[in-house]
Amino acid sequence: MSPTAPPAALVFENVRLFDPEAQTIAPGRLLLRDGRIAGRDTPGAEGAPEGGVTVDGGGAILSPGFVDMRVAIGEPGFEYRETIASCARAAAAGGVTTIGVLPNSRPAIDDPSLVRLLRSRGEETGLVTILPYGALTKGCDGEEMAELAMLREAGAIAFTDGTRAIADTKRMRQLLAYARGIGAIVVQHPEDPSLARGGCATAGPLATTLGLPQIPAAAEAILIARDIRLAEMTGARLHFSHVSTGEGLDLIRAAKMRGLAITCDTAPPYFALNEEEIRDYRTYAKLSPPLRCEADRLAVCAALADGTIDAIASDHTPWDADDKRLPFAQAAAGGTGLVTLLGVTLERVTAGDITLERALHLLTAGPAHLFGVAAGSLAQGQPGDLCLFDPEAEWTVHARELPGRAQNTPFDRRTLRGRVLGTWKAGLRVFEGAAS
Amino acid sequence: MAETAARDPLPRHHLLGIEGMTQAEIEPYLDLAASYALLSRSRTAPRDALRGRTLINLFFEDSTRTRTSFELAGKRLGADVINMTVATSSVNKGETLLDTAATLNAMRCDLLVVRHAASGAPALLARKVEASVVNAGDGMHEHPTQALLDALTLRRHLGTLTGLTVAICGDVGHSRVARSNIHLLTAMGSHVRVVGPPTLVPEAIARLGAVEVFHTMEEGLRDVDAVMALRLQRERMGAGLVPSAREFFRFYGLDGRRLALAKPGALVLHPGPMNRGVEIASDVADSVQSVIQEQVEMGVAVRMAVLDRLSRMRVPA
Repeated sequence: MSPTAPPAALVFENVRLFDPEAQTIAPGRLLLRDGRIAGRDTPGAEGAPEGGVTVDGGGAILSPGFVDMRVAIGEPGFEYRETIASCARAAAAGGVTTIGVLPNSRPAIDDPSLVRLLRSRGEETGLVTILPYGALTKGCDGEEMAELAMLREAGAIAFTDGTRAIADTKRMRQLLAYARGIGAIVVQHPEDPSLARGGCATAGPLATTLGLPQIPAAAEAILIARDIRLAEMTGARLHFSHVSTGEGLDLIRAAKMRGLAITCDTAPPYFALNEEEIRDYRTYAKLSPPLRCEADRLAVCAALADGTIDAIASDHTPWDADDKRLPFAQAAAGGTGLVTLLGVTLERVTAGDITLERALHLLTAGPAHLFGVAAGSLAQGQPGDLCLFDPEAEWTVHARELPGRAQNTPFDRRTLRGRVLGTWKAGLRVFEGAAS
Repeated sequence: MAETAARDPLPRHHLLGIEGMTQAEIEPYLDLAASYALLSRSRTAPRDALRGRTLINLFFEDSTRTRTSFELAGKRLGADVINMTVATSSVNKGETLLDTAATLNAMRCDLLVVRHAASGAPALLARKVEASVVNAGDGMHEHPTQALLDALTLRRHLGTLTGLTVAICGDVGHSRVARSNIHLLTAMGSHVRVVGPPTLVPEAIARLGAVEVFHTMEEGLRDVDAVMALRLQRERMGAGLVPSAREFFRFYGLDGRRLALAKPGALVLHPGPMNRGVEIASDVADSVQSVIQEQVEMGVAVRMAVLDRLSRMRVPA
């Protein structure tokens, strides 16, 4: 990675271009000038521009770099888990060029200067654009409203307390009302906090057998129902993260049908895994929200297809091995997801749930449009953030061998189809996949 | 709300709120107040107008400014003025509001000025006391003399109260001043804009009259004739309605840049006491466009007019 400036002209030849706007994949060429997308055409129309660099894609798919709107980084405050630099390496290896970063760090991102700091630290890596969420409440502790308007002015894209839901109904109403006044989006972790307190597994026969403290799956629907009603009352724009139950998705689907400004995303574990993963007290499968029953997993797959789910986000949550090497109930919840985002998503294509175009839309324009982010597009003038991948190439996930510091993947030893061959950030190559 | 309660066998006259008052009912107060303003300036107010009358300032909520203003108004017209500041604690000792009314009746009070933290408390008293009741501010309900003094101030400068556009900014939802002003300005044929974050400006306020709701100062202040900034209570921040004073000032404070969006020479009003650097910038409060000091002067004149008229309209037993 010696060059620090992109080539004046860069041509991708012999690629299949994914266009998120049209949701099409077609053979073509893509031209970048000074790190920005300058145009595209059909193969062999003319030679590469004078002095340009050419990349032969070997027939692989060239997509806008993925936009992952739910990433936790250990920095600031928990650098032993992951730093911005190591997170950026994992992102590049996963074809991810833009990340939305949660504010529940230490300190929490509840001051305008911290928003600016995170943005500029992202730029310093040269690998990834960091879009910080602002804290919804000071210290992300669910009490006092953070300075939402000032945080937004500093560049916060939306507001959330990260892995904590706002428990108090009146407070949530006030937060939504205030956010509406400044045109800001509120992002909620949809889990009723009092039902979830102390729990670590979805209530049901398995959790009962294992003797684990339980969280009813309805904890999700209960909070979603409350918050949809509050969003309707206040006119606020509300987004639910990592939705994982059929009941929760039904409520969101119905709210959308009524024309409310409600959106949601889910994370790969919730359409790839079910609660059986925790049977051996496997703490790497301990997530928040916890893995659900098979019927809920299928409901998530259906919601990916029918448009209820607007985006897929990795929910990348780094932990040190020592945070996971504990009895299940005491272990930290959450898994990494940047490197496996594409491969696990493409399983839904192989399974026939969604088309390849829909899958890629959910990783690019889908999340970008949610928050009005200028990314996930091949439109002229857009930054040359790109991912070249082979949708057929297989690779096997090995914890301890993943790029980045954190290794707590819930997909250990899973063979995925869909391999990132190269990632470009503003026209600079930032990742080169090993030849298959 | 003002004037006579029709079903009352012994008609008494109160000023409990502006809501329901017509232009024809409002204007006599303003006209009389205008003349009292002149007489006060020349120190020739008729000191016998309320001679022999007893005025009690019954304040369940501390307010030096309003109490002083009523006290001065009563004294300038020759009334015997008694101030009763009832600390909330002694109310808690057991005497109900209606016990207080009975006590006041025994004292033969003629004019009762009431300030209370609970909306509707003056109306409750008015049903039980023999005196004329003036609402000097009840909870989040009304503050009619404030609206009258604001109107008089506006009329002196703009010549009319018809066809104006007035922006009321900040903590509208909790403000009795805002409500009374909305009723008055609407009754007089003017338009009101309320401006503030949705946490402080309930949507339903738009149904009080010719009111438009804005959530940015930049939109709300454009081309208005006058801007009224409301006091932002500190407890609004603790209650989660506003994150901080600095954010409030940054986005909703009345500063010179925003005032420039209003009509040239637009008036600046504030019911006081001001939080400089929170809802209003110091230079705006002290600018030539500010009529805040004049509001205080008109306050005494308006209260003289209200006491005088209510006392004269009272039907003796």
